[in-house]
Amino acid sequence: MPLPYYVSPEQMMQDKAEYAKKGIAKGRSIIAMEYEQGVLLVADNPSASLFKISEIYDSIALSGAGKYSEFENLRKAGIRHADLKGFMYSREDVTARSLANGYSQTLGTIFSQEIKPLEVEILVAQVGELGRQNEIYRISFDGSIFDERGYAAIGGKSEALQAFLKERYKGEPPALQAALVLCTSALESMTNQKLPLEGIEVAVLDRTRPGRKFRRIPAGESRLLLS
Amino acid sequence: MSLTPDDQGSSFFDYLMRQRPDLVPSGRVWPAVSSQPDDNRMAPLQPLPHGTTVLAVKYRGGVVIAGDRRATEGYQIAGRRMDKVFKIDEHSAMAIAGAAGPCIEMAKLFQTELEHYEKLEGVQLSCEGKANKLGQMIKANLPMVFQGLVVLPIYVGYDQKRDEGRIFKYDITGGRYEESDYHAIGSGGKDARNSMREHFRKDLSEADALRIALLALYNAAEEDVGTGGPDLVRGIYPTAKHVSAAGIKDVEEPQIATVYATLIDARKREN
Repeated sequence: MPLPYYVSPEQMMQDKAEYAKKGIAKGRSIIAMEYEQGVLLVADNPSASLFKISEIYDSIALSGAGKYSEFENLRKAGIRHADLKGFMYSREDVTARSLANGYSQTLGTIFSQEIKPLEVEILVAQVGELGRQNEIYRISFDGSIFDERGYAAIGGKSEALQAFLKERYKGEPPALQAALVLCTSALESMTNQKLPLEGIEVAVLDRTRPGRKFRRIPAGESRLLLS
Repeated sequence: MSLTPDDQGSSFFDYLMRQRPDLVPSGRVWPAVSSQPDDNRMAPLQPLPHGTTVLAVKYRGGVVIAGDRRATEGYQIAGRRMDKVFKIDEHSAMAIAGAAGPCIEMAKLFQTELEHYEKLEGVQLSCEGKANKLGQMIKANLPMVFQGLVVLPIYVGYDQKRDEGRIFKYDITGGRYEESDYHAIGSGGKDARNSMREHFRKDLSEADALRIALLALYNAAEEDVGTGGPDLVRGIYPTAKHVSAAGIKDVEEPQIATVYATLIDARKREN
């Protein structure tokens, strides 16, 4: 009987991490940033219909970088989780923290137990109401979860993006226009070329909206904002 | 959407049926039925709160949907402030007659259903699609009907493709029928329909449609003990919503109070 090859757990984890990182780095970047009235999400996305940013619940949005099919499954699972919780208890009981923990568990379990880890990195954002703070969670392919302040970036050259934003994002959350300018210039600095507005997906969680806070900003409107 | 047989689909109602049948109004597990025929007779249900008369009237730019505020338990009044007209999404509303508990639960479930679909698919269901989905949910409620828990809605929506308001009525088996002008259901439904038949014309204005709807509720309350008229002592009036291209809009209580004040004055003069 042939013996199975022995691979040390360290080696296996390292290989999986490398594989996942490579997959995510191939993709394009997404930025979440706090602005005056909530949270702005900007994605480098040439498609006008295959979205990388999605509404999850009243004040919660999700975006994901990496493999689209894997992100889509996580997105649907998140919406089901949120809607079920809101239906069972109350709309205000659906929180980004519980959702982010759920994603962290799922990604962590798949990373350690499956042969192929998920090649996705996700951001869960919640706009704070009634004086509460905004929340931005970044969840990595291995399930590690980070609580971010001010801004967060995933996908592509996310570390370089974080560094770029760290230099320029200072103090109080900027107005929507300033935040959008900063996000697009950050994305452009990574690709070293001007991005057409049609190739940027923009959405906001706006705390001044009644009910559902999520709103997509179409290219025409971002053009007006940026001019 | 994955096309494999184990696909989860985009319906919250189906998801709930699979994952948490205990949360679906009709999915609760009831005591097993005995094999002795005599044991199968149900113990008489305690009277449950019931909603009574609700109606909808079309006008030039949309639909007005209204309902009285009374809930009854047998011959007792269970509630004077019950709201039976529910906003479902930005362009539709439903009003319910029947057992109050399952009614409210169904309205909440239908709201979640439409929002869930919109988030998963990235687009809203069509007006027709929403009406059909509600029919399926009522059909799933059929076992509850045999226990005496009837839930019957009127559903109104603004069809953005056709550019008109639409009214749908249902039967207990989930059968879906479209009404072209107006409809009323509930214990005073017949009286309300009679009243509307006298006053309805095509292409009404928004204000006239509201007046006809409120008049029909008033007339129904005069003939039917289950229907509550305007309660001038406590200041409780029927509720109404306009569903039009601009979205859904609550009719403010002072406006309803004014309509009733004029109506009652006219009645007094006639007598």
